[in-house]
Amino acid sequence: MATAAPAGSAPAVALEGVGRAYGERVALRDVSFTLPAGATVAVFGANGAGKTTLLRVLAGLLRPHAGRAIVLGAELPRESYRARGRTGLLAHEPLLYRDLTVRENLRFHARLHGVDGGRVDALVEQVGLSARGDDPVRTLSRGMTQRAAICRAVLHAPELLLLDEPLANLDPGGAEAVAPLIGRGTGPARVLISHDAEQGLAEADWVLGLRGGRQAIWAPAAGVTLADVRGLYA
Amino acid sequence: MRGTVAALIRKDLQLERRSFESVPAMLMFSISTFVLFHFGLDRGSLAGDLAAGVLWVTLLLAAVLGMNRLFVAEREQGGFDGFLMAPVDRTALFVAKAAVLFGFLVAVEVVAVPAFVILLLQPGIGQALPELLAVLLLADAGIAVVGTLIGALGVQTRARDLIIPLIALPLLVPVVIAAAEATAPLLAAGGANEFPVRWLGVLALYDAVFGLLAYAVFDFLLEE
Repeated sequence: MATAAPAGSAPAVALEGVGRAYGERVALRDVSFTLPAGATVAVFGANGAGKTTLLRVLAGLLRPHAGRAIVLGAELPRESYRARGRTGLLAHEPLLYRDLTVRENLRFHARLHGVDGGRVDALVEQVGLSARGDDPVRTLSRGMTQRAAICRAVLHAPELLLLDEPLANLDPGGAEAVAPLIGRGTGPARVLISHDAEQGLAEADWVLGLRGGRQAIWAPAAGVTLADVRGLYA
Repeated sequence: MRGTVAALIRKDLQLERRSFESVPAMLMFSISTFVLFHFGLDRGSLAGDLAAGVLWVTLLLAAVLGMNRLFVAEREQGGFDGFLMAPVDRTALFVAKAAVLFGFLVAVEVVAVPAFVILLLQPGIGQALPELLAVLLLADAGIAVVGTLIGALGVQTRARDLIIPLIALPLLVPVVIAAAEATAPLLAAGGANEFPVRWLGVLALYDAVFGLLAYAVFDFLLEE
């Protein structure tokens, strides 16, 4: 079932016919949905279906070429400045400087977001990186880098989390450690890209299925079956 | 904005301290070029217009190396995305990067200019040092402003190493002309001649015009 948005609160995301192209190639076409505040949408689709493009549009990093996109009450791209600092992006790339240590990276982002430096140490400890916190990111394993990237994404307590395969490269212990930061019921609305249908459905209130850039499914997670999701990859 | 600029500068200096990608390359290039001129011109020493020309063309080409690297970490390691999602004035990135490039140029010149004097200069600089410092600082400011603007533009392209010099060098011709004209009398064979202050004025005007222009358009360069 979809999580009910608090009465009177604006939706976290409202898209109407959003499209985006790269030159001649259309990556996203006519995508429309409304995600209530605090709810989670799991986004499924084969490679090249438009999932990452959708995430970057919502992050304000790509302009929509068609339709209307409103994120946290700010219409993109005209009012994107109002959404800055209120969204957290966990992308394929960790968005961390490889030659800086984990703490240096997080302190840098903390300064950009006006966050107290004390939160950096708390987060590093929470994800189990205390012992490697002063090592350059380039020396970390993929799993540890992912933990550090999660710290960066949630550092400023965003109202909307944009998560692209957040548990990729994490061992069970790592997944458990980051669950209180990015898991279900942690507060922010979440747009969650996953290729794990079972886990994605368990995490979601709503499901968005993309096929060839088009919206193939938009439905409450309870009404979507594993077969429906697997059909997107057929 | 001051805090954001400070954070960006600090981060860039930390990255340079760890990677040594810019300043050592710029410095090695400068000194190697002076050595090449020393042997290539087959003259033990230079003075006047020729000395000023050799100095400024070398420093400008060394600066291009710094411009090429200025935004690479932002582009390749997601720095742009992280910055663009933060609730900060985007112009802070321009100010910080220009300050960093200016700092790199000064650091290079601290070693390269004495090396130039030792390798190529006949009369030495002597009492003209304060005037030369004024020219260096004003010219560095112009190079840093234009270099930051073009660096941000070029890093978005695949042919970064080609695009940046192709655009930056023509734009920086006025800096080379003014700096060389201002420097030549300071390096005259018979000792420093009268200092042409008006060329300092040209450099200051160039800095102001391109500084304002870059400040105005930089935000748009960060848009995809």
